[in-house]
Amino acid sequence: MNDRDEKGTRVYFDHNATTGARREVVEAMLPYFSRRFGNASSLHLFGQEARNAVERARSQVASLIGAEPGEIIFTSGGTESDNLAIRGVVAAKRTPARRPHVITSSIEHPAVIRTCRALEKEGVDVTFLPVNSLGAVSAEEVEAAVRPETLLISVMLANNETGVIQPSAAIAGVARRGGIAFHVDAVQGAGKIPVDAGAVGADLMSISAHKFYGPKGIGALYIRRGTGIEAVLTGGHQESGLRAGTENVPAIAGFGEACRISADRLGAEMAHIARLRDRIERGILAAIPDVGINGAGAERVPNTCNVTVRRVEGEALTLYLSVLGFALSSGSACATGETDPSHVLIAMGLDPVDAQGSIRISLGAENTDEEVDAFLDALPRVAARLREMSPIRGKC
Amino acid sequence: MEFVDGRFFDHFMDPRNVGRIEDPDGTGAAGDPSCGDWLLVTIRVERGKIGEIRFLCRGCSSAIATSSAMTELAAGKSLEEALAITASEIEGAVGGLPEEKKHCSLLGEEALKNAVADYLARREKGRPGP
Ligand SMILES: Cc1ncc(COP(=O)(O)O)c(C=O)c1O
Repeated sequence: MNDRDEKGTRVYFDHNATTGARREVVEAMLPYFSRRFGNASSLHLFGQEARNAVERARSQVASLIGAEPGEIIFTSGGTESDNLAIRGVVAAKRTPARRPHVITSSIEHPAVIRTCRALEKEGVDVTFLPVNSLGAVSAEEVEAAVRPETLLISVMLANNETGVIQPSAAIAGVARRGGIAFHVDAVQGAGKIPVDAGAVGADLMSISAHKFYGPKGIGALYIRRGTGIEAVLTGGHQESGLRAGTENVPAIAGFGEACRISADRLGAEMAHIARLRDRIERGILAAIPDVGINGAGAERVPNTCNVTVRRVEGEALTLYLSVLGFALSSGSACATGETDPSHVLIAMGLDPVDAQGSIRISLGAENTDEEVDAFLDALPRVAARLREMSPIRGKC
Repeated sequence: MEFVDGRFFDHFMDPRNVGRIEDPDGTGAAGDPSCGDWLLVTIRVERGKIGEIRFLCRGCSSAIATSSAMTELAAGKSLEEALAITASEIEGAVGGLPEEKKHCSLLGEEALKNAVADYLARREKGRPGP
């Protein structure tokens, strides 16, 4: 996982976008590309080797999130898991008699927001709940939005831009009382904080391997036993008929290994990362006037820091820092190329110009104090330089 | 975004003519200070030519780079020549821009035109009546 050897000056602070696969993960994958290439559905020996790898990984994934192996469906990643959960539950539960209703929040990842928007065109009513200024949904507002025809509540575990943790357990209570299915996009929680499906109270939970040192293009949907859901992809009978298509065995094996390692090291890694994040935030607040840490007063995953540097644009900061060797993002990675300010920061009530002046620093286990020192040396200089250029004059 | 051209980074990291002229002969702005890129251009006119030009920009990398390139294109030009500078010329001076950033070069063209127009309007007003 230490791939910074070619160039000593590359510092990766964008772990919410993706992470590099750990060495052990790559090793766990390699045999399944060629030597053990079988199709996990085949009865012969080759198939059995592949099947064993898939089932071992299923147990490892289940164990990371306190689930049973039979409650894990492999998918191509967080986006597909979100789609399967939302579309699959609505398809299973909707009746011709009345217009179905779904509750979600205005800070979800596009994989949830755009899926809900697409369902609106298919006759589903969707409520997009607001958040408070710290970026958290309130369970009371979820409760107030519930209608007799509400089929599904989908609220994420931790936000990808701010790291703010949502009150899942309280929302689960609302869902349970109403007999409503509850989906949690835990893509930014799994591997960053302990995530227990039972404690979260989710009926469905999305996770994605590449956010915690696993391979890209593989993820899982946890489906609590007894939850009504229909397949979205039609085809073969793989994954209990819920996800047709030949299993991506190497990626599944790597995903399992990433889960195993994460469960082992999470405590130590969290403490290290939290300490670095706190150093970064203290350093920024001390060295740069007129900045704000978004979501700072809320409970957050320990690796994420979202900063508004007023009077400059996040894109300019990000590109400047990139030339100096620091990789981080402005807005969310998916919003790059769009000039719209982050929908998450806007939902938190930030002024659009301030929202455009925001960057996200997301740390990982391999980051060091030296990297933080270098960053705290660079950022104030870059911010000052861009501010010199700004026609907007601040108080300071 | 992919930038391959060194000229882009040169203008972005080391922009020319940053600042604001005190008592300028003309001031022009483009963009929107309340939401998004905002460019402010000030010029000094000497013997019918742009003697000095400075810019301030709150914007993305492309807005900053193209603003800088625009000031280099405009410096020393006659007012007519300055008014004829186009967004695509400005874009060319930074080696091209990705599709979604092309509008940034318009900012430079517009602010420069506004600054020259401001100069011409002031001169008109300042002139003693017939
Ligand atoms: C909260 C959240 N949900 C879903 C996704 C999509 O996951 P994937 O990239 O595995 O499709 C992401 C990744 O950016 C995310 O941050």
